Amino acid sequence: MSSAVPEPVTKLIEAFSALPGIGPKTASRLTYFLLRAPASISQNLSDALDDLKSKTVLCSTCFNITVDDPCPICRDERRDKRLIAVVEEPLDVLAIERTASYTGRYHVLHGVISPVNGVGPDDLKIRELAQRLDNDVLEIIIATNPGLEGDATAMFIQRDLAGKGVKMTRLARGIPMGGDLEYVDAVTLMRALQGRSEMG
Amino acid sequence: MTARTFRTPAIILKRRDMGEADRLVTLLTPTYGKIEAIAKGARKPTGSKTGHVELYTRADVLISKGREIDVLAQAELVEPFLPLREDLMRGAYASYIVELLDRFTYSGEGATPGLFVLLNDTLTRLCQSDDIRRAVRYYELQLLDKMGFRPELQECVITHEMLLPIDQFFSYVDGGVVAPEGAPHTTGLISLPMPTLKVLRHLQRSTYTQINKTRIPDAVHTDVERVMIGYIRYVLESRLQTVDFIHRIQHLD
Repeated sequence: MSSAVPEPVTKLIEAFSALPGIGPKTASRLTYFLLRAPASISQNLSDALDDLKSKTVLCSTCFNITVDDPCPICRDERRDKRLIAVVEEPLDVLAIERTASYTGRYHVLHGVISPVNGVGPDDLKIRELAQRLDNDVLEIIIATNPGLEGDATAMFIQRDLAGKGVKMTRLARGIPMGGDLEYVDAVTLMRALQGRSEMG
Repeated sequence: MTARTFRTPAIILKRRDMGEADRLVTLLTPTYGKIEAIAKGARKPTGSKTGHVELYTRADVLISKGREIDVLAQAELVEPFLPLREDLMRGAYASYIVELLDRFTYSGEGATPGLFVLLNDTLTRLCQSDDIRRAVRYYELQLLDKMGFRPELQECVITHEMLLPIDQFFSYVDGGVVAPEGAPHTTGLISLPMPTLKVLRHLQRSTYTQINKTRIPDAVHTDVERVMIGYIRYVLESRLQTVDFIHRIQHLD
């Protein structure tokens, strides 16, 4: 970067550029915005970044991100201990929680099996899932994303936990609300037809 | 590639999330070789490209040339290769063959004749074959051939004499078979039993229809795999990530 740009500015541009989805131009825009904005904005950002790492831990039960271990969901006695939804990332917990229709607990894998990218089963929290299975757990809902890697992860878990006496289910697939049949891919449409339900 | 837009069949090799809801996809096309393009909105549930640019599927795509990066303007899924999504082992081998292709090719360097057909045929065979290792080994030898790393299996790479029907050696460095007489003149040899060599030769010079009629015993399969994986690792100068995963799931049952 040009020597006309002061070092602290360069450092922040480089730090922003390291984030996913942020290119050098966006990084520069964000940096110059903070330079001109009131000090409170950059102070809040700085404090939030500090807290992000120092005040959060992984829940020792479900591996979701939390401030207190165990996390509020694992502590909540009203949550159904018989159901565990297995998700790829903490953001997927939020997505399911937004439905307000799931009362069970979670298990966050922190990724998905992707052999091409060097991510194998041992890099995920799969062994920890097996260790959670006790007499209370009746069903595991595998809620990984419906793609090749999500499906491979689901199949691996199914084979890994086979014989443990737990019912394993996979999220249904179909056409999204507001979707258009014309644009839906053949696999989704086929599965939507297979999983059709009776009206009334 | 002078037209602003072009339509092409494509197999999706890799994809990476970008921005809010976009995906950067790496495609193999018959005419333009390996290319990268951004599929805007491909992560939105209601996006028109969602589900049409899944890994290891074949789609018809419309690419619009961009200043910095090409844009995947339209996509329609043509062949989902469904068994790869429903069978862990078939899916793992699909990852392996795509990893090989990805390591041997570079984006934007143009098409290698026959490569698209080879990948498409191999994905089809992985879906249908009851001996998926046979399809994979055939693919490896054909791919090495196309990439300029065809191993010499007919004559000794040191003495250049025709091989006698006895156990031989294989040299990664010299790229082929070394007869016992040539062995003292080179290093880093591995054993190459005659049954393994026979299968390798068959895989190298026969059509898949002919290969498909041959039953390869388990022990020979394992030995052919040892030679091929070793040679490919040597040529690529690196570990193959997908091989470890295949071994892992082979031991699951």
